[in-house]
Formats: sequence, structure tokens, C-alpha cells
Amino acid sequence: MKSFSPPLKISTPRAAPRLLWPLVALALIFAVDGIISPHFFAIRIVEGRLFGNLVDIVYRATPIAIVALGMAIVIGTKGIDLSVGAIIAIVGATLDWRIHMGDPHLLALAIALAAGVACGLWNGLLVAVLDIQPIIATLILMVSGRGVGLMINLIYGGSDPSFESPLLQGLSTGHIGLIPTRILVGIGLWIALWALVRRTALGLFLEAVGANPKAAELAGVEARAIKWAAYVISGFMAAAAGVILTADTHTSDPVSIGLYSELDAILAVVIGGGSLNGGRIYLLGAVLGAVVIQALTTSILTSGLPPEYNLVVKAGVVLVVLLLQSARTRAAVARLATGRKR
Amino acid sequence: MTARIEIVAAAKTYPGVRALDDVDFHVAAGEVHALLGENGAGKSTLIKIMTGAATADAGELRLDGRPMRFASPADARAAGVGAVYQEVNLVPTLTVTENLALGRLPRRFGLVDWRAARVQARLRLRKLGVEIDVERPLGVYSIAIQQLVAIARALDEDTSVLVLDEPTASLDAAETARLLDIVRELKGQGLAIVFISHFLDQVYAIADRLTVLRNGRRVGVGTPQEIPPAKLVPLMLGRELEAVERARAAGQTHTGEPILVAQGLGKTRVMAPFDLTLHPGEAVGLSGLLGAGRTESAKLIFGALRADSGSLKIAGEKINPSPRASLARGIAFCPEDRKAEGIFAELSIRENIAIALQSKRGWLKALSRAEQDRLASEMIEALGIATPDAEKPVGQLSGGNQQKAVLARALVSDPRVLILDEPTRGIDVGAHAEIVALIRRLAGQGLAVLVASSELEELIAVSDRVAVLRDRAFVGELSGADINQQTIMRTIAAP
Amino acid sequence: MKRTWLPLAATIAVFVALFGVGGALYNHFLSSLVLGDILDDNAFLIIAAIGANFVILSGGIDLSIGSMIGFVGVVMAKLDAFGWHPLASAAVMIVFGAGFGACQGLIIDFCEIQPFIVTLAGLFLLRGACFMVTLDSLPLRHPFVSDFAAVALPLPGGGFLASSALAMFAALAVAVVIAHKTSFGANVYAMGGDRTSAALMGVPIRATTVKVYALGGLYSAFGGVIYALYTSSGYPLAGSGAELSAIAAVVLGGTLLTGGIGLVVGALFGGMILGLIATLINFNGSLNGAWIMISSGVLLFVFIVMQRALVGSLTPRSAS
Repeated sequence: MKSFSPPLKISTPRAAPRLLWPLVALALIFAVDGIISPHFFAIRIVEGRLFGNLVDIVYRATPIAIVALGMAIVIGTKGIDLSVGAIIAIVGATLDWRIHMGDPHLLALAIALAAGVACGLWNGLLVAVLDIQPIIATLILMVSGRGVGLMINLIYGGSDPSFESPLLQGLSTGHIGLIPTRILVGIGLWIALWALVRRTALGLFLEAVGANPKAAELAGVEARAIKWAAYVISGFMAAAAGVILTADTHTSDPVSIGLYSELDAILAVVIGGGSLNGGRIYLLGAVLGAVVIQALTTSILTSGLPPEYNLVVKAGVVLVVLLLQSARTRAAVARLATGRKR
Repeated sequence: MTARIEIVAAAKTYPGVRALDDVDFHVAAGEVHALLGENGAGKSTLIKIMTGAATADAGELRLDGRPMRFASPADARAAGVGAVYQEVNLVPTLTVTENLALGRLPRRFGLVDWRAARVQARLRLRKLGVEIDVERPLGVYSIAIQQLVAIARALDEDTSVLVLDEPTASLDAAETARLLDIVRELKGQGLAIVFISHFLDQVYAIADRLTVLRNGRRVGVGTPQEIPPAKLVPLMLGRELEAVERARAAGQTHTGEPILVAQGLGKTRVMAPFDLTLHPGEAVGLSGLLGAGRTESAKLIFGALRADSGSLKIAGEKINPSPRASLARGIAFCPEDRKAEGIFAELSIRENIAIALQSKRGWLKALSRAEQDRLASEMIEALGIATPDAEKPVGQLSGGNQQKAVLARALVSDPRVLILDEPTRGIDVGAHAEIVALIRRLAGQGLAVLVASSELEELIAVSDRVAVLRDRAFVGELSGADINQQTIMRTIAAP
Repeated sequence: MKRTWLPLAATIAVFVALFGVGGALYNHFLSSLVLGDILDDNAFLIIAAIGANFVILSGGIDLSIGSMIGFVGVVMAKLDAFGWHPLASAAVMIVFGAGFGACQGLIIDFCEIQPFIVTLAGLFLLRGACFMVTLDSLPLRHPFVSDFAAVALPLPGGGFLASSALAMFAALAVAVVIAHKTSFGANVYAMGGDRTSAALMGVPIRATTVKVYALGGLYSAFGGVIYALYTSSGYPLAGSGAELSAIAAVVLGGTLLTGGIGLVVGALFGGMILGLIATLINFNGSLNGAWIMISSGVLLFVFIVMQRALVGSLTPRSAS
């Protein structure tokens, strides 16, 4: 058979334009920072660890970045997980409870992570088996999860839920060499998740289910199991973030821990180029998105602007990013532009 | 006889497709005019122009002799053209009354007068002989009733033209008879009715005239007596050019151990039970008109539709067909509706091609990137997929190239049986011949190939045997010298 | 009009049963006093839920409700300090709420962005705006506020309907008329039931989308006004999470979260069930607030699963 196709290029860097927007956003934020305070980028070593705004941004962004990694997986399947904040609360309460029950701290950690996985199993059951819309299905745990956390606190009295744990606090606020441990943990989870979805065919199946569930079924993909796996992964990642946040404050506070983290995580995924219509998973983008959000927050704090501007600026950024991503808006702008040329 | 609605020299081009080319069509008051043609013949474009859903590039639309221009469906409705589609375009969660009244709610003191709306709804339905509780949600009623409600909605006092697009596709025999009675009565009231159906018996039972379209052109018009079924089928399927030459000697007879045996496979209301046997190296065609059950039987064999009767054996092993089970045993399927069931628009060509083979291997044994690249570039070359590289999202390819990517997916999954549903739809002429040759080559290599197609010359060129379908049942099997246009058409049209 | 009454009947049954449970457990529970209190305490939420009900019936969602409640409160308190009459500032804020909602609706329809994300941005924007107005709780000192609180309609049995409850019933009555007696209401139901078909049947999708989010914004702003008067203050964190409670109230009221099915009056009963659960749990000193969240979640789950079954019965059977 003759070939009419032109010679093949081996590969094109498709990642570039997609990561452009979050990188531009980050560059803009840092440019403003550099103008306002010249010492913004200074990094110094204090008590054997790195200090400085840049380190602080990554440090603070880590929990949301971890949650956003799981969220990117779920969004890739055309789903959404509103319950990650509630899962963080449940995991924190579980961790605290097991430590108070005298479990070895490593075991307590394992049980806490398992609690997150159990939450993911529940969400997956509702979405994949009972076929309930993801927003609605995960709303149930979102509404009740923090209550479950409070109940767990009650199991052991709950009057003094604070705890000490060199292991867990080491994971959260310690440092290995110059680098904060949680950043290393975050990078480790990122690499592990990347390997799980990109070194196996899981990522392809997740994206196929998100892009066209019917075609995925016809191509032999078990759409139901794949969707379920996505929610379990998201539950696990939220649990990891929950452990870091809980160990940070030494206490279980289900009412306010990880508040709005579901919204931040979804935002991070969207800023990182992920579409809520599913079909694509961008782990690097999600991490970048989380860093952009935190850079914005930190910059507002260090710029001397009142912290109350934070949310408004964040909302503005969200809107701009959304409008840029909307094909319809771009078309309208293009029409206006060409109209003017005429 | 003067025409109530008249279309003169209509033409319409969509990107890459000439949907209508110089088509005339007119319907008189008190006439049922059937519109016939295969998928892509131009029926739906013609309807869209009549109902305001599309505008023609050229030509004229006249209503009672006056030139009209419909910018929207609302325009057409206001001018007295009502339409009912196969997919009931009503809202199942609304009550029957609401569905009938939406957009023209009666008011009293500025507020909606539901009492009046109910009275009107009952009245409208009574005209069609329907007595139902108009306060229940439409969704609780059968499709037949929903179809009648849709007709009632399309019939205003001033409706003079009614377009019925496959109104009986989801109805059983009794429901169909009732609907046809209603159509006759409306005709008696002086309506001009455009009737589209792939059930030829219904067309002949009700139509006063027929118009046949093929590839965007009008290829026949006349009374049912002037165009009997034996003449109609060649008009719909045949090529007016020279007879298609059979690409090779008469089909071989394959004997020995069959690779696939379907016995009494069927699904209630979808496909009557059928038998089919495939041997290695054999290409079998599924022929029939639109709606005869080509796609359904292909899907039943692959397991994309769950059969509720019969059995399927692959290489002697009885299996419970499902896409996964079929793929695991070496059956690959290439669906007709590539947009809805074939492509992953956001994923690259490489990923689209690799996915079936990958799911066969399981998620843990990932194909290496190098292997995927190799498969993709092999297929891009072999099928002539026009793309700068394998990383382009499939959604950005043209329709024909998307079809090739889906075909490539089936081919790389290393199948023993290949089921192709309309493998050349939307593919340009050059690639068309290549795919036909490819199917022959694959059969020559020992694959069993099942091809469902509306294109007779394609079936004739590739098939060792042709199974003929009519009205969702197998009605005949042809082999050897019988595989020619005349015999196939005669079998399709036979009463 | 006869609609699918079944879910609402279930809601009312749940409410009556819960009320009965309260009566069996505690003396003095089965009284108009308790009922009046529940209505008074939850009036603002029910009002917001009525607006959310329209949005959800149309197939959308509005997350900006809680922030709107907080924003309306702080602005009213700020204007109060400038000597504005609360009715004047309330009028301004209600108009603002409708305008804000209309903008959200326009972005959703024109840019084809999911309502979830657009109204999430709305949530951030309005909450941030709260903090920009004030970081502290500001009092509403105008004498009208205490006059408003003094209005009460006595109920048989010693209880009474406070002014906020009366305002809520007025808002509900208007909503029922809009939903069931105007073509806009019919369009909302049609759009939520099947957007494509509705468009083919001549429902103006963009206008209806803009109007329905405007109505949602208007009602949540009105809820914010009632909350500010009820607490006689504006607090920048007021109404946090109220969007979730409102959505829960709507679902418990029998409205399908996917749109198209439900009754506006359901928001009243859904909101009352949430209030009743809180009251029941507060009556029992030994029970923790956690029970409120958990039982809301469980009820939500039960209703959602029930609705799945209901939708199954309304999906037309198809041949292929």
C-alpha cells in the first residue's frame, strides 16, 4: 500500500503552551514582588534549614498541591471531588484518636491514610456503581465529613485533642538537610503518582474514560473500576495532606482544618490547564497551579496590602484564567479584533 | 395539483461535504410524500431547510407559491410548518400539558392560566384520539404516546405542513398502525405531510408519492406504482456508473473449523435471533437498508449490545459477549458512529491507536512509549492518516482521518475476528479503495472479517459471503456468483 | 398544578416524624413555640434556599449564596454607620444581589463555563469583599432594627411568627407565583428537564439562565438582609457554608440536583428539616453539634438515592 502521509516528526513539545499560562501568572506575580520588595527572593540558611519567601511559598503550597494531584486525576475522568476538605478533617481526627489510643505512630499514620482510602472507596461507590453525578455524590461526604471528624474526637473524650509525635511532626514541619521534609514528601508523592499513572496504562485509561466513556467501554476499558480508582487515589492524596496539616497544628480540629481546600485544589487544577470536561491529566500543571495560588497569597501578605485583599485578588485571577480558557470568549475577542481591523 | 410547500434547486454545502445538490421537492395539500435515502443522502439537510434549522446556500423555498426564508425553527413554525423527530424532542420531566403549552402559554391577568392550558391540551390530544392524564409527566408514558404528544404539539390551528422524521422507529406494530391511521386522518384534513421512514412497508402503505435522494441528489420521484420496491432499492443503493467490477474471482468457500459461531443471537425489540458463522480468512458482508439491523447485529456479536437470547462461540469456546471478553479473545470492533463511540477527541492519535491493545494487556503491562510510537507511525503510514505527527489530538483531524485512527486501533489489537461497521463512511475516494484492499489483504492473512456497510459495491468487492438483513432480521445469505448488485437488491426488496 | 409530589410528600413525612420524635423525647417540644423558633432562626436560610431552588431546578448551581449573605450584612452595617435607613440599604443590596447574579448567569451562558466554577469565583469575590469592608462585627444601630424584631404574629399555643419568618413566607409566596404561574417558571423547569429539547421548543436559554441566576442572587441578598436584621449586625464571616446548607435544604425539599423536577415550596420543608435536626440535637445537651452534620449527610444520601430511582422511572424507554 502506498503512503501519502508526509514524513513524520518524532515528537512535539505539547506541554509547552499548556504550562505557559500558569508560568506567565507566576512570572507576573514575582515581577510585582520584585518591584515592591527587592529582598523578596532572598534565601538564607537559619538553624540549618532554608528560609525565604520562595521556600515559604512552596512549603505552604505543599498540602494543597498534594490534594490537587488527586483532584487532577478525578477531574481527568470528568469527575470532581468536593469531599477532600472533609476527608482531611476525618483523617486528622483518626490520626489523633489512634495516637491517643497508644498505637505506634507509624501504625497510626497507616490507619489515618486507610481512613482516607475508605472515604475514596465510598465516593467511588456512589459515582461508579450507583451512577450518581460526581458533584452530588461527593457533596454527601462534604456535608457530613467534618461531623464524622468531630465524632471521632469524641471517642477519646476530645477535650484535649492535641498530641506530640516526633515522627509525624518531623514529616510535617521538620527538615532533612536544608530542605523542609514536607516538600520532599510532596515531591515523593508526586513522583509516585506520576509513576502510577504514566509508567502503567492507568493514566491512559483514566483519560480515556474522561474523554469518552462509551468509546472506552468499546475499547475494552473497565470504565467503572477506573472511575472508582480515581476517587480512591483522590482520597489517599487528601489523607496525606490531612496528615501534614494535622501534624503541623499538633491537634485535630475538624471544623476548620483544610477549609476550602476542595475549592483551592479544583482551582489549582484549572489554573494548571486541566479542563473540567475531563480527558486530560496534568500533574505538573496541578502542582504549578497550587504554587500560583500560594504565591498570590504570600505576595499579598508581604506586599503590605491588607490580607483581606487576598480572596478578591484570587477571585479576579480565577475569572481571568477561566475567561482565557473559554473557547467562546477567545472567539468573541478574536471577532472583535478582526472587526476592528476591518 | 398545486404545491403547499415547494423547494426548488436547493443546494447546501457543509465543510467537505456537498449535502444537497440541485434538489427539487414539493408536497401538495392532502398528500403524504415520502422522502427516502440512505444515511448521508441528504434527507436531514432537506428537512432542516424546510423547518428552519438550516438555510440553503442556493435555491428557493416556497409556501403556497410565496418565496419564504426561515431563519429559525420558530420562523418555520409561525409560517405553519410543524415537525416531529425520531428522538422525541420534548421534555420528559414536564407534564403533558406543559409540553404542549410551552412557548404559547395562555394567560389570565398576566399570569399563566393552567386551567385553560389543560383544556387546550386535552382538546389537542383528543383530535388525535388520545385520552391520557395530561397532568402526569410526559416521561411516564410510552414512546408511542410521547410521539403522539409531539405530533399534537406540532399541529397548530394554522399548521399546513407536517414533517414526520422516522416517527415509527421506536414503535411496535400496533402502535405503528395507530400512528399511520392518524397520519391518514391528518392527510384527509388537508395537511401536506412529509413522511420519512426506513420501513418500506410503511412507506408503501401510506405514501402518495416518493422522492429518493442519494449523495445529495434527487435520483427518483414518482408514485409508489411508478417506483415499486424492486426499482426503489437500486435507486437508493446503486451506482449509476458502470457496474462495479468484482475485485477478484468469485468468493471462495471456506470450510473447516469456524472461528466464530453465533446461534440464535438476538435482543427483544432490537434484533430478531440470527445465526452467523465466520471462518478464518473469510470476509462476510452485512447488507440491508438503513435501520435493517446491520449495526445492531454487529454490536450483538461484539457484546456492545447485550443479547437476551442465543449463544456465541469463539474458536469453540462459548462466551458471554462483552467488549472486554471479546477483545480478550481476539475480536475487534470498529463502530460506525466514530464521534460518539469511537474517538477520544482530547487524546493523541498514538493513544487512540494504542488503547485497545493496551486494555487487552491490562493496565500494569504498559506498552512502552517506543512501542506506541512504532505502532502509531506504522498505522499512520499504512492507512495514510494525514497528520504532521502522532501526537496531534484526534479531535483535530478530519472525519475521514478519525475513522482511520479508529480502524487502526482495531487493527493493532491483534485480532482474529475484525468487525467493521461502515469502515469507509466519510473517507475520500482514494482511501476508500485502499481500505477495501486492506480488508481483502487481512482476510488473505487468515483474519475473519465482518463488514456491515450500506455501500453495495464495497460489500461486493470484499465479501466471500453476504448476509442480507431486512427490518431487523436476517432474510438471506448469498455466496459465490450470487454476490452481485441485482441479487443483493432483489433479496433486500423481496416482500 | 400537579407535579411529582412524591419527594415532597416524603420530605413532609420526614419532618412530621422528626417532630414526633422530638415530642416523644422531650416535654414541651410539640409546641408552636418550637415551630415558631425554627422558622425564625432559619428564615434567612430558607429564603436563600428558595433562590437556590430556582437555580437548581434550571440545571445549575450557585455557590455564592453564603458569601452574598455575609456581604449584604457588612455593607448594611457600614451604611447604617453612615446613617442610612436599613430599608434603603436593603433595597440597594437586593438590587445588587440580582445584578451580581445576572452577571454570573451571563458568564455561565456566554462563556460556556460550568456554573460550579463561575459561582465559586463569586464565592471568593464576595467573601473577599466582606473582608475589605470590615474585619470586625459591626452593629446595626438604627431603631428600625428593633422595631422590626418587635413585630410578631401570635400563633395558637403560645408561639409566634417573628418578622423574619413573615418575610420568609412573603418571599415564598412570590416564588411560588413565579415558578408556577409565569412563563419564566415554565421555562426554568423545561431547561432543567432537557436543555436541548427546551431550546428546540423555543425556550430562550440565555435569557432564562441570566434571569434565574439573577433571581438566585436576589433571594440570597434578601436572605442576607433578613440575617443582618435578625442578628442586628454585619459580620464578615456570616453565612460561611450557607450555600451548602441551602443546597442540602433544596435536595431534602425534593428537588432533583440535576434539575427539572421539584417544587419551590420544598425549600421551606427542607430548610425546616435542617433546623429541626439542629433544634433536636441542641435540646439534648449531651449530643454534639457533629450530629447535625452527620444526620444532614445521611438524609442527603437517602434522598439522593431515592431520587435516582425516581429519575429511572421518568427516563423514556428507548428501543436501542
